[in-house]
Amino acid sequence: MKISERWLREWVDPPADTAGIVSQLTMAGLEVDTVTPAAPAFSSVVVGLVETVDPHPDADKLSVCRVDVGTGEKLGIVCGAPNVRPGMKAPVALVGGMLPGGMKIKRAKLRGVESVGMLCSERELGLGESHEGLWDLPGDAPVGADLRDWLSLDDSVIDIDLTPNRGDCFSVLGIAREVALLNVLPLGGPAIQPVAAASGDEFPIEVRAPEACPRFVGRVIRGLKPDARTPLWMREKLRRAGLRPIHPVVDVTNIVMLELGQPMHGFDLGTLRDGIIVRMADPGERITLLDGKEAELEADTLVIADHGGPRAVAGIMGGEDSGVTEQTRDIFFEVAFFAPLAIAGRARRLGLHTDASLRFERGVDPMQQRRAIEHATALLTEIAGGVPGPVMERVAGEHLPARTPVKLRRERLSLLLGHAVPDAEIERILRGLGMDIEPTADGWTATPPSHRFDIALEVDLIEEVARIHGYEHLPEARGAGGSVLGDASESRVPASRLADVLVSRGYQEVITYSFVDPAVQSALFPDEPSLPLSNPISSELSQMRVSLWPGLVHALKRNLSRRQGHIRIFEYGLKFILEDNELKQLNTISGLLAGARWPEQWGTPSARFDFHDAKADVEALLGLTTGEFEFKAAVHSALHPGQSARILRNGRCAGWIGALHPRLVRALDLELVPLLWELDEDVSFATELPVFEAISRFPAIRRDIAVLVEKHIQAQDLLDCIRATGGLHLTESMVFDVYSGDRIDSSLKSVAFGLILQDSSRTLTDDEADRVVGDVVTRLESEFGARIRD
Amino acid sequence: MEDAAELLEQGRQEIAACEDLAGLDEVRVRYLGKKGRLTELLKGLGALSAEARPAAGQVINEAKQALQAALAARKEYLEGEGERRAIEGERLDVTLPGRGEGMGGLHPVTRTMRRMETIFRQAGFEVHTGPEVEDEFHNFEALNIPEHHPARAMHDTFYFGDGRLLRTHTSPVQIRSMRTQGAPIRLIAPGRVYRCDSDQTHSPMFHQVEGLLVDRGVSFAHLKAVLHDFLERFFERKVRLRFRPSYFPFTEPSAEVDVEWGDGWLEVLGCGMVHPRVLEFGGIDPEEFTGYAFGMGVERLAMLRYGVRDLRLFFDNDLRFLRQFNQGAVR
Repeated sequence: MKISERWLREWVDPPADTAGIVSQLTMAGLEVDTVTPAAPAFSSVVVGLVETVDPHPDADKLSVCRVDVGTGEKLGIVCGAPNVRPGMKAPVALVGGMLPGGMKIKRAKLRGVESVGMLCSERELGLGESHEGLWDLPGDAPVGADLRDWLSLDDSVIDIDLTPNRGDCFSVLGIAREVALLNVLPLGGPAIQPVAAASGDEFPIEVRAPEACPRFVGRVIRGLKPDARTPLWMREKLRRAGLRPIHPVVDVTNIVMLELGQPMHGFDLGTLRDGIIVRMADPGERITLLDGKEAELEADTLVIADHGGPRAVAGIMGGEDSGVTEQTRDIFFEVAFFAPLAIAGRARRLGLHTDASLRFERGVDPMQQRRAIEHATALLTEIAGGVPGPVMERVAGEHLPARTPVKLRRERLSLLLGHAVPDAEIERILRGLGMDIEPTADGWTATPPSHRFDIALEVDLIEEVARIHGYEHLPEARGAGGSVLGDASESRVPASRLADVLVSRGYQEVITYSFVDPAVQSALFPDEPSLPLSNPISSELSQMRVSLWPGLVHALKRNLSRRQGHIRIFEYGLKFILEDNELKQLNTISGLLAGARWPEQWGTPSARFDFHDAKADVEALLGLTTGEFEFKAAVHSALHPGQSARILRNGRCAGWIGALHPRLVRALDLELVPLLWELDEDVSFATELPVFEAISRFPAIRRDIAVLVEKHIQAQDLLDCIRATGGLHLTESMVFDVYSGDRIDSSLKSVAFGLILQDSSRTLTDDEADRVVGDVVTRLESEFGARIRD
Repeated sequence: MEDAAELLEQGRQEIAACEDLAGLDEVRVRYLGKKGRLTELLKGLGALSAEARPAAGQVINEAKQALQAALAARKEYLEGEGERRAIEGERLDVTLPGRGEGMGGLHPVTRTMRRMETIFRQAGFEVHTGPEVEDEFHNFEALNIPEHHPARAMHDTFYFGDGRLLRTHTSPVQIRSMRTQGAPIRLIAPGRVYRCDSDQTHSPMFHQVEGLLVDRGVSFAHLKAVLHDFLERFFERKVRLRFRPSYFPFTEPSAEVDVEWGDGWLEVLGCGMVHPRVLEFGGIDPEEFTGYAFGMGVERLAMLRYGVRDLRLFFDNDLRFLRQFNQGAVR
């Protein structure tokens, strides 16, 4: 909310300067966003009276004016504005003065005619948008007066970022209350006196929704002057608050709203039929609002209607048809207290966010509607005349917000703040906030004022005391809750350990969005249902990821376009899987390899990453657990059918690994084929304690065998067979060579195994070792048609 | 019969002329082998008279020993020479870089979160996590943000249209942990959060670390101290803080904390005393227990710590950016 410092000082004038006030407000929880000058810097601009206007001898569009600036000497000024006329008052920038932006005013000759000074528009002075012509100042503007002094332009606009609990501060009055308390000063402000009725004019009012509108105040004013103009001082106040002058009636209601925080509305009385009805909207009812848009209303929306239909959406915006115009002579002022819950959310639903809805949603003082209408009447009749009727009021007292006493215990306040605030200070603060306080055995009860909607609990009072006392005066204390020991679980490999292992292996961690491009995701996972966002930020970020791969592939693309040739990245995070309509949020770790196997360097053969590079990384991770894992060739929609495997732990799927499917490599326009892997953290990284096993003191025997098998036979199947056959003495077995090529039949491959045999209690004999190897070979022959290769 | 001295002299010359071990061995065989010239001389001793034999034998033996010594010396020399030559052939350019894969690195957000976790873990805070797709109850209601509360509108929430939403803060973890664990409780909840907002200073996804301590006798003074201590450890220097009154529905009193930075103040986090209604939603008696909570933006702290000026860089995943954070100790 923007507030003029000078306006504030009309209510309370503390010794503090602008910076001091800003600091006080900020430290009291009313955070000041910005402070800007009310007018840009300019100097030597005075009110001038245009006495004569003559055509320029040499230019059609220029006039030569004689201008009185109050110095006795009349200035000759050449001017190009179309609206210049004799008798007009307008700002004059004198020679030696400066305009916003730094332009200096000098004597000049315009097409041969000397010009001493410059007549200005609003825009040239940075005080408005209008540049139609000269700023047409009102007739009572004092000739020769410095514009800055006359309009009090040496003012600051303080923009305050109000928190949603402080609806009471949406006004000069509200801020002034705080400033007065913070500076221990009385609150001033304009004297608002009732304006006596000058006629008996009334208008029927019927409140059919008293819960939503517990207080409704109306007043008829007839016979407004047709030529009434909003005075400059009022226009300036509106401008500094960020509003534009519209019409004297609207401007007055806005001034009252800015000053007292009470939104109100002025109807053109002539457009209202038979009387006001405050009621809930009929579903589907329509109204064209002041912004020209038509709104369809729902049954929970409160309207100000007449006997012809809704004329305003209560607390949000008036209707177009009943608004004041140049022709309006008679008006009906409406000031109400609407219950916050009857207004909250409705404006948003209509796509609106108005000054009125903002205040009503957060709570308007339910006791000041009369004061507001009197203030508005006084202001309006002063500038536009008119005959006010009596103030009409409809109140449903039982629906007005109750202000009940709230208990405050001295002990509780000290405990929560860690600091004992003296009783006298607590009482000063609570009274200063407008509360009625009563002492009790262990503290006080405080009844909040009608303008506070945020005081219902003891802790609300404690916060108020802390806030006004000043957080900076509260101490620091260490040791809350005493000391406790941390834990060091060994049942799961921590994610940080996984990350560290990958980092050691050259992986760079990336963090990608959890919502991804549905086009990419469905290309990779056409059969996987996923969760779409209702209000995505863009269509490329509109679906929750079912895998970390879409994000990694996106990161790959970005880095390929930046000429990165060696890419090794991983990510850790949740994926979002829909299983039988149930959402599972699974911790997942995924990696991607692409490009050169090594960073570009001397002395290593140039080669690309392949499946087994990725597999080594996955095996390194899985090696951090006590689990047994299997890699089974399997088909995955995103992976190369000949280079992909499902990773299993005790029959459960722990993850996938493979090369991206060639079709997708083309579709995604990738210049390199990435290898991808992904592991489910819960399945993969639960682990058990290592159990010590004695190391055999007896020598081990190694026997190597090489067998020829058909190419499609997988090494793992052969190894499984060897291990199953080898018995207890076979302590280790590994593949140490795979060959296919010229020296053997092209349908075959040669696989060589190393077998380590050992007994824990004695030295094995060669015969025993030969027997094991013999059994293994026999078994490989019968199961796989393997032949021993010589 | 050859003269021993002459043979010795010839042998020495041949030895000296040898340039490799094989040649040297040939010399040895030629002189000292079974049919070697010196061996033959020894064999010829038998033809001498018994009186002449000892003297002649001694001469030959001396020559033999001298030749053996010369062979050994030459062998040692040749072996050394071979090694020297081999070494010369194996000389490398040690300025060439080492071979193989280099180290990768953690994302700067992870790096920052780890430091935060390390600092808080040492004070007994446990790390808790929770779901990112949340429900209205945990994200709003239990945090004292009922429907239509203006704070809800300010959260720019991503919705799924079925009551579910992407959590807008890590505070729902507070609720979940209080409900399962009760009081006393001391935790931090790091993780991803989401707001429907994207420009130079807002990312639709970012990270928060939430903190919660509930116990008997916990006060605002404790909150002030823990955050002061944390920020001094995080920035590894003395910092001046400013606690400003603010408003969050789930804490009261609430504060925003500014750090003095250059000649101004920079907001770094929000905090407050846990609202009694939130404790009740967590199943904790607010008369018996009090607590504090705080929430900090990880990217914000990382930007200040490492001088990153554009938030969007964190999620662009440009390797040239990420690699800048690979050096330095991180626990």
